[in-house]
Amino acid sequence: MIRFLFKGLLRDRSRSLLPILVVTAGVMLTVFAYCYINGILGDMIEFSAKYTSGHVKIMTRAYAENKDQVPNDLALIEVNDLITNLEKDYPTMEFVQRISFGGLLDSPDENGETKKQGIVAGIAVDLISENTKEIERLNLDGALRKGRFPEKSNEVLISDEFAGKLEVGPGDKVTLITSTMYGGMSIQNFTVAGTIEFGVQFMDRSGMIADISGIQNAMDMNDACGELLGFLNSPNYDDIEAMNVETTFNNKYSDPNDEFSPVMNRLKNDSIMSGYFEYMDGAVGILITVFVLAMSIVLWNTGLIGGLRRYGEIGVRLAIGEEKGHIYRSMIFESIFIGIIGSFLGTLIGLGFSYWLQEVGIDIGDMMKNSKMMMPSVFRAHITTPAYYLGFIPGLFSVVLGTMLSGIGIYKRKTAQLFKELET
Amino acid sequence: MEQSSIITIKELIKRFPVGKGEFTALNGINLAFNTGEFAGIVGPSGSGKTTLLNIIGSLDTATEGKAVVMGQSTGDLTTKSAAKLRRMHLGFIFQTYNLLPVYTVYENVEFPLLLLKLSDSERRKAVNDALEWVGLTDKIKSRPAQLSGGECQRVAIARAMVKKPEIVLADEPTANLDAANSHNILKMMLKLNEELKTTFIFATHDDKVIKYLKRKITLEDGKVVKDEFITK
Repeated sequence: MIRFLFKGLLRDRSRSLLPILVVTAGVMLTVFAYCYINGILGDMIEFSAKYTSGHVKIMTRAYAENKDQVPNDLALIEVNDLITNLEKDYPTMEFVQRISFGGLLDSPDENGETKKQGIVAGIAVDLISENTKEIERLNLDGALRKGRFPEKSNEVLISDEFAGKLEVGPGDKVTLITSTMYGGMSIQNFTVAGTIEFGVQFMDRSGMIADISGIQNAMDMNDACGELLGFLNSPNYDDIEAMNVETTFNNKYSDPNDEFSPVMNRLKNDSIMSGYFEYMDGAVGILITVFVLAMSIVLWNTGLIGGLRRYGEIGVRLAIGEEKGHIYRSMIFESIFIGIIGSFLGTLIGLGFSYWLQEVGIDIGDMMKNSKMMMPSVFRAHITTPAYYLGFIPGLFSVVLGTMLSGIGIYKRKTAQLFKELET
Repeated sequence: MEQSSIITIKELIKRFPVGKGEFTALNGINLAFNTGEFAGIVGPSGSGKTTLLNIIGSLDTATEGKAVVMGQSTGDLTTKSAAKLRRMHLGFIFQTYNLLPVYTVYENVEFPLLLLKLSDSERRKAVNDALEWVGLTDKIKSRPAQLSGGECQRVAIARAMVKKPEIVLADEPTANLDAANSHNILKMMLKLNEELKTTFIFATHDDKVIKYLKRKITLEDGKVVKDEFITK
């Protein structure tokens, strides 16, 4: 009987080819959309991780409680020893020091008097050590507009727009007026090595990037930093691995009774980033729900049309003595077959498109010029394990649901009408 | 007489709701059919022929009275039992053949046997025998669309006969056929009736069919007005 049904299915293209094409198209869109959303949100998460949160972030407990205020007076101390220990505990990870700071940046005239002045929001990263990956990580190569990268601890990069406001350029002196870690006033001269443009308004208005050693010196933060960012050895954030690292670190190093003891937070626990993750989960859930509903309606309709077309066939089968339940089950069996084939093909094609977008990406740099959000300028799809099976859920579910709904008509059909129907 | 009857119909009444009232399609039918009969229910359109055939074929139930087919009262059967009765003991021939278009002649004839869960070899033998009866052994791989109307009806007869049912119900089987094909088909059914002792019951108003009948039951307004056995 199964062979008999298969023959009918393969020979009757409107019963097999059309629904398979519909399922394939739907599953392809689902897989592609999933990979695309995954890629965009993943890139945004990764972008934010590189700039602000790391895959994991270590702070003092007190700093963590007030981290929005960037309280450098509560910074981590004896950081070099801590990094040495971390490199032993987590040899595949990389830990980098960061200091976020604010203050006034002053540009002097030829007499040393203030020419222009502006509020500065800066970050200090390792720019000059031999093996630093920070320039690559922060994509500074692409952001450099004038000059060069700092080669000494007293050299800085400032945003191109900010440099224009201060009327300074590469080689000019600027003075940073800020506070030390201990609350004292700090006035430190720096040389502008180059100017940068991120394409992000928030960064371009008053941004400054300095070498960590120069800022540590300026802010009396020798062997101290506000935050230690840790990066997993994978291109994309892996929450399970990050959670393991977070748990083991906090068990070993963190003391709830000591507000200056270090504490590690993983990316997903970050107040801003957790919203992204929830959005990502929600977006995928909505995508699948919408697809299942839309496809069920489409396939229900396809099933109804197919059912109408096969009205005579079903009538003959009932008259010959096939039970209604048997016919209904055979239709569901056919739909499972169609669902599997369609989902397989759709997944394959969807993954193909996603792979292409993962490799090539879509450059939206021009559109992002005035953005206030920190986000990457090239959006890429990202293929993850769920992409390989995700399409099968709606693909199979919708086609079977569509068939189940349209097949209910079989049970409602009066056998007594068969002769009349079959004669018309 | 009643003991050897394959079909017994007693005081059968069938009413259909029409608007707020009812239409009586069959009104107090009493009939009995014996094994091997070649009988026809004849009468004008609306006389109740198809309704009576439906009730005998367990496709419909009586409002009052009963129809007993192969010892089973069709009114008491569940849909599952009715399907089983049709599957095991009844064959149907339709005016428009109703072959499954995507299947070959062989597969169309094989289908009722699949429902009976016969083995491959049993099915092969039965299908070949049936196609031999109707003279279509050279068309086993053809699809219905490649056959003439007469050939399609012969396939439909083979499909009805392949499981060697006790009863074949044929509703206007020659209505779509020309005279020559009609005669061929009827001769074939008569031969099968004589060789296999299958009971044939026709619903028809076609004179070509009536000429071949051994028993003619005339219905008018839902009542049997004449029941005559014809000696050839």
